Amino acid sequence: MSNVDLEAKIPNNVGLRDNKRLTMALEKWQPKFLEWWQNTGPSDFNQHDIYLRTAIGVGQGGWAHYDYVKMPDYRWGIFLAEGPSDRKIHFGDNIGEACWQEVPGEHRNRLRRLIVTQGDTEPASVEQQRMLGHCCPSLYDLRSLFQVNVEEGRHLWAMVYLLQTHFGADGRDEAEALLDRHSGDEDNPRILEAFNYPVDNWLDFFCFTAFMDRDGKYQLASLAESSFDPLARTTQFMLAEEAYHLQTGENGVGRIIKRTGELMIEGKDPTTVGAIPLDIIQRYVNFWFTGSMDLFGGEDSTNAAEAFAMGLKGRYRESDGIYKDPLALNIGYNLEVPTDEGTVETKEIPLRRAMNSVLQDAYIADCTRIVSRWNRELKKLGVEQEIKLPNRKFNRNQGVCAGYKFNPEGELIDEATWTKMHTTWLPTTADREYVTSCMVKVTELGKFANYIAPPAKGPNDQPIDFEYVKFH
Amino acid sequence: MTDFNRNPDSYHHWELQIDGEIAHLRMNVNSDFPFKEGYELKLNSYDLGVDMELADAVSRLRFEHPSVKTLVVGSGQERAFCAGANILMLKSSTHPFKVNFCKFTNETRLSLEDYSRHSGVKSICAVNAACAGGGYELALACDEIHLVNDNNSAVSLPEVPLLGVLPGTGGLTRIVDKRKVRRDLADVFCTMAEGLRGKKALKWNFVDAIWPKSKFHAAIDTRAKELAAESKRATGTGIKLDAINAEKTDTGYSYEHVQVVIEGDKRLATITIKGPDGDQPKDGAGYEAKGCNAWAIKAWRELDDALLQLRFDHEECGMVVLQTRGNRDALIQVEKDLVADKDHWLCNEIILLMARVCRRFDLMARSTYAMVDEEACAAGAFLELSMSSDRIYAYDSDKVEMIVGPLSNGSLPMSHGLTRLHNRFLATPEQADKFAKETPTLIAPEIDEQGMCTYLLDPLDWEDDVRMALEERVSMSPDALTGMEASLRFGGAENCDSKIFGRLSAWQNWIFIRPNATGETGALSRYGAPEGAQFDWRRT
Repeated sequence: MSNVDLEAKIPNNVGLRDNKRLTMALEKWQPKFLEWWQNTGPSDFNQHDIYLRTAIGVGQGGWAHYDYVKMPDYRWGIFLAEGPSDRKIHFGDNIGEACWQEVPGEHRNRLRRLIVTQGDTEPASVEQQRMLGHCCPSLYDLRSLFQVNVEEGRHLWAMVYLLQTHFGADGRDEAEALLDRHSGDEDNPRILEAFNYPVDNWLDFFCFTAFMDRDGKYQLASLAESSFDPLARTTQFMLAEEAYHLQTGENGVGRIIKRTGELMIEGKDPTTVGAIPLDIIQRYVNFWFTGSMDLFGGEDSTNAAEAFAMGLKGRYRESDGIYKDPLALNIGYNLEVPTDEGTVETKEIPLRRAMNSVLQDAYIADCTRIVSRWNRELKKLGVEQEIKLPNRKFNRNQGVCAGYKFNPEGELIDEATWTKMHTTWLPTTADREYVTSCMVKVTELGKFANYIAPPAKGPNDQPIDFEYVKFH
Repeated sequence: MTDFNRNPDSYHHWELQIDGEIAHLRMNVNSDFPFKEGYELKLNSYDLGVDMELADAVSRLRFEHPSVKTLVVGSGQERAFCAGANILMLKSSTHPFKVNFCKFTNETRLSLEDYSRHSGVKSICAVNAACAGGGYELALACDEIHLVNDNNSAVSLPEVPLLGVLPGTGGLTRIVDKRKVRRDLADVFCTMAEGLRGKKALKWNFVDAIWPKSKFHAAIDTRAKELAAESKRATGTGIKLDAINAEKTDTGYSYEHVQVVIEGDKRLATITIKGPDGDQPKDGAGYEAKGCNAWAIKAWRELDDALLQLRFDHEECGMVVLQTRGNRDALIQVEKDLVADKDHWLCNEIILLMARVCRRFDLMARSTYAMVDEEACAAGAFLELSMSSDRIYAYDSDKVEMIVGPLSNGSLPMSHGLTRLHNRFLATPEQADKFAKETPTLIAPEIDEQGMCTYLLDPLDWEDDVRMALEERVSMSPDALTGMEASLRFGGAENCDSKIFGRLSAWQNWIFIRPNATGETGALSRYGAPEGAQFDWRRT
């Protein structure tokens, strides 16, 4: 493939045409990516025309170009957000110095690890969701799924761009390894445990995009503050796309809740008409919210402190100047820590060590907002029952609460109570079987499965009954 | 006193499973049971308590499980093989404790290698997940390292880039001396915090085999059986090792065969070890029947414990005086019987135990003087202990004898591979050979003429000269003495084992106290702290 071909296939604003090293690396990597997409991307839908948004530039509207495209022909591009060329480091020990345009040697390994770990989640979620198309509740939702999938694919490209451009031969090896690992593969799994389980029903999918992708948003947001300018600008642009995924999740769960609420008001038992009761939805919310909390890393973390001190990861919206002390030194953070005596103590730890916790605080506030939006919808319908966001200490396998049992209200409980109650708090096998039984495939224009309400409007202002996917 | 007794029934951190000819030793550190308060043992990180259990397990494998022919060292945790020594523990420990901890862990790993070399039980390290620092050093002490190839699990020595110190358990030495990794590749590895995964780790010879996760356990099992089939381990009936119980007295410790008297104000400890008394087993079968209470086992385990008590609980006792007591001929007879049946697994293990305890004595960071008076039992392995000492004071009397025993002929080698006779007579190795061959009995004037004592003191001078010698010694700088003694004790060429200790004592211990590691802004001090390290960039 010549430079010109590659340039035409890969929309970018990184000067790909003139970057011989990147061009050569991508010439090798791109065919492998396509092979990966064919083998482990969405199953059986590669020949259909999908109405997709493609990013072709970073300017106003440039990243929201809509057209029908077959997924393998999707133009995965490479974009950095535009920004001032003289950005200064705005937090940590090197504050005030110029941001790095090249990787500083002393941070090379750590930055590479951060990028590889982030990059690994992008293709992982595509793999996890590969069978979902077969039980889509509507063409609208099928399109949403594929939009999310191709953009996660593009986010992989974004991370690969960084690896290939800034990390030499090791970076190229890591870029290939991102395609070699596979979600759930016993011998070669994805790096993070949570990305090795299939997401094979749509309630899981919407919860995944509402909560796990939201975790992703906060991880990206902390990288978007990075002193390594190419990483900051890449992730800033990814955040624009990620917002769509979160919307898909928030709206998806909201539409399922709305549909259940409508049926309840009509006096129907949701389980008799293939819809999902609020209790089950609550348990799914509990499961996914707590699972996503585990992805932030330990609440008291020396790694997080170092990443902040070195200027690799900032706090959420650090550059907006919302924190009083950009050094985050000489301040404490009050962390609730369970003890073996059966109490929860408030322990003050240095703020830098609490950076994962600080990020969780912002994430929880965000989740609280989406849950209250769902509840407003229920209230509007006249339903009293509400969805509740569980306490941050509930059902944790990572961090200071791991190994302790808390109820969803955040009270420390004993093992016996947990054993007795956990099936009312977390999805049971019966719940999962029931949700699976609701998954009927609906592809008629404008029609929706009975467990989910239609959305308010379609993408790019298209009508709800638009032909989002053309089957051939 | 520190209780070094451990028992598999009450291990907190290891699981020992005997499966016919294969033993599985799995590290599964319980983070809630640190040796001292103040840190949690996360990710299979270890401290002294964890290593005491490992040392116990290796001892029990030797004595209690002679049927075992291959040892598989693995992890009971899915997500971590071993993260190495616990950093918070190291940070919060005093310098002497750190050094003693490292020395003890080194001795344990060498014991594992000795178990392979001299007991014929090869070990496989099954690295199922992340293996860092001391975790990889444990792997290096095994005969083969098998790593899961999951694109994630790595072996690493991150001490230099992350902590500003060195791997303290022989890692650097074993990479180049044992595994013979090329020096430039070793250089890359030791400065790369995240280490090497699968293929590259294999290509650069940091591991011996890599396996996909699904085949990992089966591959280990197969290999363990192959090694068992090749093993020369002679089998028999194991003997149970009872706990070593010392009575703490006003002045020190009292065991059945060993007494330790501490004179704190003089910074002096006197160890008295007694030889065999009464009937002793005549051969391996006899020892199997008698069990761990036989003198040849119990006295040496007691001495081992006493040395550890001195190291960990009496840091200021800079001077150790060795006194031997008992019947010289009885001791020599025990050794002759052991040698006569040395192909018996238990006789072999007993000799290996004596050898290890003698080496532990060689490696005491204390001044050691042996006293050979009229009651002394300077014979055989006790004479080895005397030769291990920095000086030998002999009493000029015709009742004073030294007998070179049959084990002095290479059965109780020092860390660097020499016999104590050869180490003593570096300039005249023919004399060492002659003594080893002829096992002579030397009496007072010969002891001096043949170079077997430092001073032969007239009875009139004995008391005063010995007192002054001790007082003079303890007045000198303890650091200078430790360095000097370590330099003088091991003459001749080095080997992998002796380098491990030499380099620990020199480089690692020096780096441990340098500001760049443990100063206020040093890397070890600042590890996990909100601010990064700041170095004094001058090279020394």
